[in-house]
Formats: sequence, C-alpha cells, structure tokens
Amino acid sequence: MTTTVAILVDGAVYASWLFLVALGLTLTFGVMKILNIAHGSFYAIGAYAAASAVGAYVQAGLSPAGGYLVMAGAAAIAGVVVGYGLERGLLRFMYGRDAVLVLLVTYAVFLILDDVMLLIWGANPYIAYQPDMLLGTSTVFTLPYPNYDLSLIAVAAVIGSGLWWALSRTRRGKMLLTVIHDREMSTFLGIDVAKVFTVTFTLGAVLGALGGALTAPIISVQPGIGAEVIVLAFAVVVIGGMGSIVGAAVGSLAAGFAHAAAVHLFPQAELFVIYALMSLVLIVRPQGLFGQAQPRKI
Amino acid sequence: MSRDRTLPGLAVATLVLLGVAAAAPGWMVFTLVVSLAQGLVVLGLMVLWRAGLMSFGQSLYYAVGGYTVGLINIQFGLSNALLLVLAAPAVAGLLAFLLGFLLARYRDIFFSMLTLAFAMILYGVLVKSSTLGSTDGFSILTPSFLGPHPGPDATQRLLTGLAALIALLAAALVHRYLKSTAGHLATAIRDNEIRVEYLGYSVHRAIHVKYVLAGILAGAGGAIVAMAIGHIDPEMAYWTTAGEFVFVAILAGAGSVAAPFLGAILFVVLRTYAAQYTPHLWHMVLGGTLLLFIVFLPDGVWSLFERACRPLKRRAPS
Repeated sequence: MTTTVAILVDGAVYASWLFLVALGLTLTFGVMKILNIAHGSFYAIGAYAAASAVGAYVQAGLSPAGGYLVMAGAAAIAGVVVGYGLERGLLRFMYGRDAVLVLLVTYAVFLILDDVMLLIWGANPYIAYQPDMLLGTSTVFTLPYPNYDLSLIAVAAVIGSGLWWALSRTRRGKMLLTVIHDREMSTFLGIDVAKVFTVTFTLGAVLGALGGALTAPIISVQPGIGAEVIVLAFAVVVIGGMGSIVGAAVGSLAAGFAHAAAVHLFPQAELFVIYALMSLVLIVRPQGLFGQAQPRKI
Repeated sequence: MSRDRTLPGLAVATLVLLGVAAAAPGWMVFTLVVSLAQGLVVLGLMVLWRAGLMSFGQSLYYAVGGYTVGLINIQFGLSNALLLVLAAPAVAGLLAFLLGFLLARYRDIFFSMLTLAFAMILYGVLVKSSTLGSTDGFSILTPSFLGPHPGPDATQRLLTGLAALIALLAAALVHRYLKSTAGHLATAIRDNEIRVEYLGYSVHRAIHVKYVLAGILAGAGGAIVAMAIGHIDPEMAYWTTAGEFVFVAILAGAGSVAAPFLGAILFVVLRTYAAQYTPHLWHMVLGGTLLLFIVFLPDGVWSLFERACRPLKRRAPS
C-alpha cells in the first residue's frame, strides 16, 4: 500500500517536472519543425537565474513569499533574452536548411551556452532551498511529502491547460495552429509566419527556463544539468508524439509513473526505464502516441 | 574521369603513420592512437551521413567496444590485442544488426535522436552496474601481443601500429563499399528514397547495412581507445561523447574515406591546444567551430583539400 502510494505521488511529481520541461520542446518542434537541443541550456539558464535571484532576494531580507515571483520573473526574463536573441540572431538564417543541420546548429548553441553559463555562474553549485523549505511538508498516507513538490503538480497543470487554452481558444493561438498544420497555406492566408516563429521560439525558451526555475529549489544547480534534461525531455516528447501538447502530457505521465515504479520496485532500471518505454512505444507506433504519421515525399 | 588515387594515398599515409608509431615521442604516439580510434568511429558516421542520416548515438557502439574488451579481460583473462580488436567490433556489429531492424525505419532527426536514446539506455545500465564499477568504470589489462610482454612504451607503439593497419583496412573496405552500387545508393537515398525503391533497391536494407557497418567501426574504435588509455567508464556511452563524433564528422566532411582520420587528428590537436590556452572555454570553441563549419564550410576540411587539388587535375592531360 505504502509503495503504491509512493509510486503514484512520486510519479505524478516527476511527471509534472517532465511536462514542464518537455512542453517548450514540443511546441518549438510542432511549429518550427526544429528539434532544439539548446532547450536543455534554456532549462539550465532558468535554473541558474532563479537560484541566483532567490539567493539575492533572501540576502536582502524581503518578505519570503515574494521569492516565488522573483524566481519566475528571473527565469522569464532570461528565457526571453536568450530565446529572442537566438532566434533573431542565428536560427532565422537556418530556416529551410536540412533538418539534421539545424539540429547540429542547436547542438553547437548548446555547447556554447554551456561555457557562457560557466563564465557567468562559475562551476560551484547554487542551492536555493528557501522556496522549498518555506512551504513545509504534508503527509500523504503516512508518507511525508514536501508541499513544494506537490504544488509542482498544480503548476504543471495550470501551465499546460493555460497553453492549451491559449492555442485552441484564442485567435492568435489558432493562427499558430494553422502554421503547425500547413506553413505555406498560412502564409497565403496572411499570417506573418516569421513573427509566429519568433514568438514561438521565445515562448518555448521561456517555458524551458521556467521549468528550470521551478526545479532549482529542489536540486543543486550545477554545470551539466542541461545535458541530462534535454535527452529526457526528448524521450517524453517522442512517447507522446512530437509537436503535440496533449501528447507531451500523456508522455510525461507515462514516463513519470514508469520512472517512479522503477525507483521503488527495480532500482537498477531507474536511469533507462524512460528510454526503454520510448523504444517500446516506437516499435508499436512509430509516430508516438498522439503524433500524426508523416506521408513520404515523392 | 580522373584516376582514383585513394588507395595508393592510403597506403602511403599508413606507412607514415607506422613510422610515427615506431619513432615519434610517446605523447605523439598516444595522440595518434586516440585519433585513429576516433577516426574509425567517424568513418562509420560518414557512411551514414552520405545517406543523410546522422547518428547521435555512436557512443553506444564505442562503449560496447570498450566494455567488450573489459569483459573479456575479466571473464577469460585474455588480453591479446589482436583477439580483442576482432571481438569488440563483432559484438558491436551484432548489436547494430539487431537495433538496425528498428532504426532503419527512421530518418532525419528521428533517426538521430533514437540512436541517442539507445546510447542513453546503455549509459543507464552501465552506471547502475556496480560489478562493472558504476560511474568509475574499471581498468583494462595491458594489451599483450603474440609473444612476451614488450614493456609499456613498446606496447603503446605496437598498439598504435595495429590501429594504423586496422584504419587502413577499414578505410580501404569502406572505399570499396562506397564505390559499389550499394554505396552509390547513399546519395540517391538522401535525395529521394521512393525513387530508389522504384529502381528496385530496398532502402530499408541499404540503411540497415550502413548502420551495421557504422556499429562495427565504432566498436573497433572503442576497443582501441580502451586498450590505449587502459581504462573504461560509462562516460564512453554518454551522448556528449557521441556529440564529439558528430562534431568531427562535420569538421572532416564526407568527401573521402581519409577525411574522418584527418578530422580526428585535427580534433585531438584542437582539443589539446584549447585545453592548454582556454581550459574553461573548450565547449565554446567546439560549438563555435561547429557553427562556423556549418555556415561557411558545410563540406568540411576535406573540401578545402579537394579545392586545392582540382586546378592541378584540370591541367594534367588525362
């Protein structure tokens, strides 16, 4: 019983975290057909920005509750700066080139940002535990859980449904969906595709940074966290079907529960269970659970 | 048509490399053996890249090669370099053959990222295997050759000579393959694979063969590097290792079977100098170079070489 509860709660928390990270990746892919390895850097930059902002805020001795806003704000600003700068400064010159080459370009950016972060924040870990401590813990069926972890579930749900609402219920969102569906046709209809790309990429970067920021209080922020995250996020996106937000949600849940089950029942599999799940899904359904099969070009 | 001078060129290059292995100072021999091992992996990547496929997971076979050497050391106590350097690619090739059934269905970035995921599975397994030393890995027995132990310096030189011969063999065979019909299909597959099928060739099978070939070469590279360094750890399988191979492949270009080895030597030299002058900016140098190459020299260093040779060919009567 305890194990079951632990798997369910841990799984849900882990799934929320995965979802926050994977959301930006799948959005960027859906609209721009760019698989962005630098998304891992956005995550790390968000985590660093949040950790140092929270640190400075706590030092200043201001009301602790405001720390959450500072955390999110720092990540959002970092995301906008890096995402917008990257899209305008580099990626827009790459549109229309071979998809694998664009992938390599984002890999190059990932490598460069790695050292940029090292230059700004150094190699020592940053620890911003205050937002986590402040919320205390609660007990779920005799198991103590940090409230911060549990609230991640709510945050992921709010951000996810917010994005879904914005895409499918607003005018601008529908324009974005049109671009996903058919880029040429939407240009024809008068949609400024270049602008949609810039906005999407920046939004994806902000989501990645926000994912990092929300994780910052529960990990030690240090070099290398981006490299771990990007591959996981990719696996989640592939399980769900690339470019689909519902897919990202389902993929996160599947991966989250699989991971939690492995941790509690079969710890040897902890590190690879998600990739194994991904391979399994691909064998059965190559385009992912919610992906659309691509017709072959002639 | 100009005569193909690849094979004589390779033979001359191998003689030079053997000379380096025999007479050069120790650090240079070590640099060379690591470059040759990496060149073998990149040669496999090049075969795939010609068909428009870029594997981000060659570290899988690289690590399989290394760990095959380690496991044979442990299980059978064998350290014969000739045996190990045959066994490792065989195991890697078998794994590539099995995974190939799945991977041959994917193209573009999906292929890239799936290969990456498989490498990460092996990484996860290795990190959690405490009998194999988890994240620390373990040490490899000093490789032996036929006859008594020649001492550490001579061992490294012999190993480097062996690596040079393997590189020659691999480059010659791959060159032959690329000149065959199946090899020429690569460009056609990249451009339009449905038409390739109309011609009566199986794209699926062609890609499967290329993938197995790349796996075998990466396994050989992993085995050589494991014996040269004397240590293996799960980092060999991590995706950033695969990223370095991709980097070298782009740096080198796909123009010739010699390009991967040239690229690997350039890479190792670049890494040595970068580590010396800008120890904290290694990734930035790597990323910046990659970007510059993609934008300004998409066909790699080899295309410079070809451009330099072309006027000569035009002048010569043929």
